Amino acid sequence: MRQEDVSQWVKDAHIAFSAANDMDSLKTARLAHAGDKAPISLASRTLGSLSPEEKASFGKIIGDGKAAIALALAQATQKLEAERDKKVLLEEVVDITLPVNRRHRGGLHPISIIKNEVSDFFIEQGYAVAEGPELESGWLNFDALNIPADHPARTMQDTFFVEPVESGMVLRTHTSPVQIRTMLTQTPPIYVICPGRTFRADELDATHSPVFHQVEGLVVDKGITMAHLKGTLDNFARHMFGPDVTTRLRPSFFPFTEPSAEVDIFFNNRWIEWGGCGMVNPKVLQTCGIDTDVYSGFAFGMGLERTLMVRHGITDMHDIVEGDLRFTRQFGVGL
Amino acid sequence: MRAPLSWIKEFVDIPNSVTADQVSDGLIRVGFEVEEIIYQGSDLTGPLKFAKVLSIEELTEHKKPIRYVGLDCGEKETRYVICGATNFAVGDMIVAALPGAVLPGNFAIGARETYGKTSNGMICSARELGISDEHAGIMVFSESDAKIGADAIEGLQINDVIFDVAVNPDRGYALSIRGIAREVAGSLDLTYTDPVDSLRSLKFEETGKGVTAKIEDTSAASVFYLRTMSQFDPKATTPLWMRRRIEKMGMRSISLVVDVTNYVMLELGQPLHAFDKSKIKGGLTIKRAGKAQKFVTLDGQERSLDADDLMVWDDDQPLALAGTMGGLSSEITQSTTDIALEAVRFDPVSIAKNSRRHKISSEASRRLERSVDPSLAEFASARFVQLLTANSSAVHVATVVAGEPLYPPVVKIDPTYISKILGFEVANADVARILRQVGCDVDEKTWAIDPPSWRADLLGVADFTEEVARMIGYDKIPSILPPRPLHASLTPTQKRRRAVATMLASRGLAEVQTFPFTNQETIDAMGFVDERAATYAIANPMSEEFPLMRVHLVPGLIEVAQRNISRGAKDFAIFEMGSIFRSSQKLTPAVSPELSMRPSQRIIDEIFASVPPQAYHVAGLLVGKVENENWQGKARAYTWHDAIEYAQDILALCNLEWNVKRSDFAPWHPGRCAELIVDGKAVAHAGELHPRVIAKYGLPERSVAFAVGLSTLPDSSLVHPTRVGTMPAALQDVALIVDEKVTASQVQAALTEGAGDLLESISLFDRYDKIGEGKISLAFTLVFRAPDRTLTGDEVSAMREAATAVAAKKCGAVVRTA
Repeated sequence: MRQEDVSQWVKDAHIAFSAANDMDSLKTARLAHAGDKAPISLASRTLGSLSPEEKASFGKIIGDGKAAIALALAQATQKLEAERDKKVLLEEVVDITLPVNRRHRGGLHPISIIKNEVSDFFIEQGYAVAEGPELESGWLNFDALNIPADHPARTMQDTFFVEPVESGMVLRTHTSPVQIRTMLTQTPPIYVICPGRTFRADELDATHSPVFHQVEGLVVDKGITMAHLKGTLDNFARHMFGPDVTTRLRPSFFPFTEPSAEVDIFFNNRWIEWGGCGMVNPKVLQTCGIDTDVYSGFAFGMGLERTLMVRHGITDMHDIVEGDLRFTRQFGVGL
Repeated sequence: MRAPLSWIKEFVDIPNSVTADQVSDGLIRVGFEVEEIIYQGSDLTGPLKFAKVLSIEELTEHKKPIRYVGLDCGEKETRYVICGATNFAVGDMIVAALPGAVLPGNFAIGARETYGKTSNGMICSARELGISDEHAGIMVFSESDAKIGADAIEGLQINDVIFDVAVNPDRGYALSIRGIAREVAGSLDLTYTDPVDSLRSLKFEETGKGVTAKIEDTSAASVFYLRTMSQFDPKATTPLWMRRRIEKMGMRSISLVVDVTNYVMLELGQPLHAFDKSKIKGGLTIKRAGKAQKFVTLDGQERSLDADDLMVWDDDQPLALAGTMGGLSSEITQSTTDIALEAVRFDPVSIAKNSRRHKISSEASRRLERSVDPSLAEFASARFVQLLTANSSAVHVATVVAGEPLYPPVVKIDPTYISKILGFEVANADVARILRQVGCDVDEKTWAIDPPSWRADLLGVADFTEEVARMIGYDKIPSILPPRPLHASLTPTQKRRRAVATMLASRGLAEVQTFPFTNQETIDAMGFVDERAATYAIANPMSEEFPLMRVHLVPGLIEVAQRNISRGAKDFAIFEMGSIFRSSQKLTPAVSPELSMRPSQRIIDEIFASVPPQAYHVAGLLVGKVENENWQGKARAYTWHDAIEYAQDILALCNLEWNVKRSDFAPWHPGRCAELIVDGKAVAHAGELHPRVIAKYGLPERSVAFAVGLSTLPDSSLVHPTRVGTMPAALQDVALIVDEKVTASQVQAALTEGAGDLLESISLFDRYDKIGEGKISLAFTLVFRAPDRTLTGDEVSAMREAATAVAAKKCGAVVRTA
């Protein structure tokens, strides 16, 4: 038994394994070159009859040979398995472009989406989200907001009253009563937004709906100024309409703010009325028991439908209120 | 409110270099939204001539009346034109567009053959010239107004810019050229001349006894000027310049007397009313309607009076609905020669109520309910006398005054408040200058501010702050973020609502939002009764179709489903979240505490309690197939258990535990409705809709729905989890035969009770109902696990037998053997 013989066996095994082109022929080659009857296995069995010195030297030679053959076998096996996998799996190819979406596509209503978006934006600035009832006390909806009984906003044309009319109960015409509720139940500093459903007796048309949504903001704290109002609206407008939008305040009139302003945005190359705002009228703060020598506040409010329509280029209110799934689904869940 | 630039210029020195856009921007800057700028005459080119009608030949062979008209246009020869209007006669003056003229709408005038004649121009109506909507006939003038052959573009003062200005309700003074002009001057820093200044010195000779004036209800009016005039020639006509100004303001010329009242109102802002003096019995008195019941306004309508209506009476009867509309019986007619001219500073609230009760929003009431300068009763009525005497034979007889003007009070302010609120420094000197500019008297030592007579709205320092801010310009206000609170988050309730909506949306349901209105028919059709059917009625609903507040969300979902089905949708799922309005509490008369001070806590609580609770629900409606059908094949239809699953998923999302019970509950199928109970309270219902509801609304058969009362759900409690066991689990299957009336949940509850503490979970894996004899088989997998050891076979068998024993006892269950 010589080193040369073992080298030859290893070489033979290499050649045989490499020549195998499938797992079956590899098996045959394995039995011939690494099986019990393989020359190296037979030689290995004769080691027992050798002297200790010979055993040590030949044992190493045979051991190295066996390891070389095992390595060659493993490499050949890996190569053939990869080839087999490639071939077989290719036969299992499917058309993965087939439509697989059997489940219905759901989605949030775009008004919910924009409400969530506005809420998240203000929560991040430290504002809480305040809510209140839709069927509301007339005192909270009007009187406390400095809208006297003879104000045009209280006429039958604008407000939905609930029977009996003497109850003064109305479907809230804005979310401002939530501001009053907040000021009557909390003490400053107050930072809240009030999103919610509101009602005005307007006929449904392309731009109006008798049922719509507003978001209002209210801040009452020490040293609050109209500059803070402007800063907040600028920030809010950029968030809703993109970094390039500019805002403009125009003097206006609301009974519950003084000074009052309309806020316009310059969007898509034109000025668009976005909402109303102002410094909370001291009378309103006083009605809520807030010391106007210490505190001042600002408030703003805009229509969510209007914001949505302007931002998304929606031209007809009917799409927003009718609940047609083809409209709603386009918005997903707002992510 | 319209305002022609030519008229504004009468009171403001506007250099010609100032453009209409600059005037408009100036108005916008100080708080007057310009809704439209009308460039009148910009789309009109002449020749446009005044002409006299010389001859009229009626061409009768056509379907409509056609005239062949001979005109003297100041040319050598008579010009003939065809005209379809008939409201003129030989001798009248008209306006003719001659060939070469282009009228608005790019309408070129040329000589043309028509109706068998050559028409050499066109006789124009006001609308054809784009100067008013009047198109009932052509414009007709008298010869005193216009010269034959004169340029009519000039004569009619067509070239003008008209601003349509939105006036906020606190600025009634700006419903006049006087007011608008003052704002233009203030904004552009130009010189302003108050038209009232020249009226202060007017004196009229008393030539006789005038009609007497009296204010009986002093809360309703402060000052009443009544000027009596006589010798008016009813044939007198309105001068063309006045007529044109009235038309530019969007009103119509009616008669000289009425036109002068309107002209003065437009110029100064004080509504006037002229009575035919011969129809007045005795004197005029301002008082409430009281027992008077019927009154015919000058539009010919008979009105039922409210006792509180404010009227102008003579000694016998009401003659005018004060400040709102005159009466038919005393109106100026074509035979009126003696006139009583009323100018009153009425109480705005009284006029607002008059206007509202009778649904009349007149030019007069719009101004008076926004508060009119109390000094104007004198000056506007004087202006009327001045204009009427100048343009007719009328003479002043006497002026009678009742009451006296009440001016806005002097207010003391702290000028530093203004800088504090605006967020930038405004020097005291600037505050004083600006307040003077808007008409206030300012004492800079005491800061006592005396507002001008026309500004009843300047009552407190906040009002003066707005004046200062708007005159400086809101664009000068810096943009600064306020200090931020450290933290805020959604409330648990808000988080829960959002999570539920997002879960349903991501599970294939589309959210809808419906109007929360309903009607009795729907409530009855749903099968709602008693407290579930009781709701609030809207006193003034949009339509009689939906006069009630909704009591449930499912009807709205059905309506949306019907709409989607009608538009071709077949298989879909929708949901809505929102309030419902069952009338759980009777509404009581309103409490209206005083303003400008905090009401007592008791009153606040009472107001809060007066608002009925409005439950917040989520509901879903599932119709058609669970999945879209495509190349993968058919899909199964939604069935009762899908609806129950959604309801349970919502409770699971809120980390609540519940029991399930079958329930006969509208609008569901009485045999296929699950009631979910949390803490002993029914919080949700789900299942198949009642077949009657499905049939009535044309929904696909066996449509299903769920509704969860989100506001009735308890808060989720803090989770204290048990340790997760790591010892091996032992699975035991049991099959039990029970009567078919026994529910799966009953059997499961019995097994759970009997199995003991080491039962980790239990699930129903088979239900077999083909046994017959009213029996069914229910098979459960029980999973046992001990925290500290591997359970032995004997232990597990014992627990299984204990479980089946309780099931046998409580449900009559018999263990099924293979």
